[in-house]
Amino acid sequence: MSEYIILSIFLFLGAFIAAAATVVGLLLGYRTRNTKNKMAPYECGMQTIGNARIQFKVGYYLFALLFLVFDIEALFLFPVLANFREIMSGNTPLSPVVVIVDLVIFIAILVSGLAYAWKKGILKWE
Amino acid sequence: MYVPSVTHPIGDFVREWVPKLSAYLPEQLQSQTLDTIVAFLVNAVICIVAVCAVNIGSAPILIYMERKVCAHVQCRLGPMRLGWHGTIQTIADVIKMLFKEVYAPSGADKLMFYLAPLIVLIAPFMVAALIPFDKNLVVSDVSMGIPLIIAVNGFGVLGILLGGWSSNNKYSLLGALRSGAQMISYEISFAMILLFVVMISGSTNLMTITQSQAGTIADWFIFKIPVLGFIGFILFFISSTAEMNRAPFDIAEAEQELTGGYHTEYNGTPFAMFYLAEYIALVTNSALATTCFLGGFHAPCIGVAAVDNYLTMVPGVVWFFAKVFFMIWCYMMVRWTFVRPRVDQLMDFEWKFLLPVNLLLLGAGAAYIVICG
Repeated sequence: MSEYIILSIFLFLGAFIAAAATVVGLLLGYRTRNTKNKMAPYECGMQTIGNARIQFKVGYYLFALLFLVFDIEALFLFPVLANFREIMSGNTPLSPVVVIVDLVIFIAILVSGLAYAWKKGILKWE
Repeated sequence: MYVPSVTHPIGDFVREWVPKLSAYLPEQLQSQTLDTIVAFLVNAVICIVAVCAVNIGSAPILIYMERKVCAHVQCRLGPMRLGWHGTIQTIADVIKMLFKEVYAPSGADKLMFYLAPLIVLIAPFMVAALIPFDKNLVVSDVSMGIPLIIAVNGFGVLGILLGGWSSNNKYSLLGALRSGAQMISYEISFAMILLFVVMISGSTNLMTITQSQAGTIADWFIFKIPVLGFIGFILFFISSTAEMNRAPFDIAEAEQELTGGYHTEYNGTPFAMFYLAEYIALVTNSALATTCFLGGFHAPCIGVAAVDNYLTMVPGVVWFFAKVFFMIWCYMMVRWTFVRPRVDQLMDFEWKFLLPVNLLLLGAGAAYIVICG
């Protein structure tokens, strides 16, 4: 538990250092008047047309969905694979054969999902 | 009341000394609880100072190193003017950075704009806290080390997406989205490779992983499992390069296409924070590669007692940083020798090559364990 408390200090430490640096920058930084041209979004000298918060391609969203599936898969595999050697040595109540079959089924379902996405052309970047 | 105690290795030293010192306090102030809390606080301060020193101190060194490596790859000299061989050039750059004006462009979401560097910097700091630098030098020796690293690494993507979206610049938005897509894609193979390491070592704790590589060079995971270990190391190298958004996978900030990528609109110290996060990530990823594949803080013993005695005399932390700098040098050489792939090639490479290969590697690793025990 105290390990996690120290870790949570580091969670705030990174944020604190960045915040401190920003404040120092704001205090020390050279100031000029905020003219319209200075505040304009940079676009290689062009006049910016419209807002940058535009609707965007759905492809990114699909990649994010696939990522979610595989990341959760990795998370579920951790407890099994961390004890894999022990299970295989037969010192646990679990039967090695059953564990292997379960793992194969689990991964096969996910791989078939990847194959489906591949076939559907989701993985193709346009 | 819950009293936090120090359980990890640096803590033992502190826990031993705090009661001795508290004996000098007035009688009525002495208590077990106070000792534990003081030990915890002292320990926390030591950890914070040490990790800050390593993280923030390494960034200027790495920037200097990168400029020199880049220059010598391209047959130039690199920075030469300030100090001996330009050694204080980066310090001058930091001072320049401090005096730059900090402002958000018009139309930017101010809160998000200033929040992004904060979030980006959290991830590498937390990962640095989990790395065992030596037998007794680990800030937070948690049992769920590897899953935590994967979870925390995902945090960085949020910062980049926020930074890109909030600046109200189309280059930034494009850079952020590309970077997000790339980072989450390569995070999968990153996680898979760490799964492979977990499977071989039988633990998710980074200290245990390092300890299970004790012995000679042949016991390091890169060599322990014949061929598979080396393939795993190469795959880790590729996916962590992409995770860090470093060239050749720096699609996010491909200068020729997107000017600066997600940090186009940043200037002054917030921009420096993105830079800092990138370099700390370089250190932590190299440290992770060292821990998982190159034997961590163990000396490269070769099995001959006469040589090994000398090698093990050197403190583990020296070996650790020697390996880390070797890894960093590798990352830098890769950065300056390879060309950048197109964005579609990059995504194809991950989903159609790296991920299937990773799954095969996991299967092969499992088969190795079943057959060879």
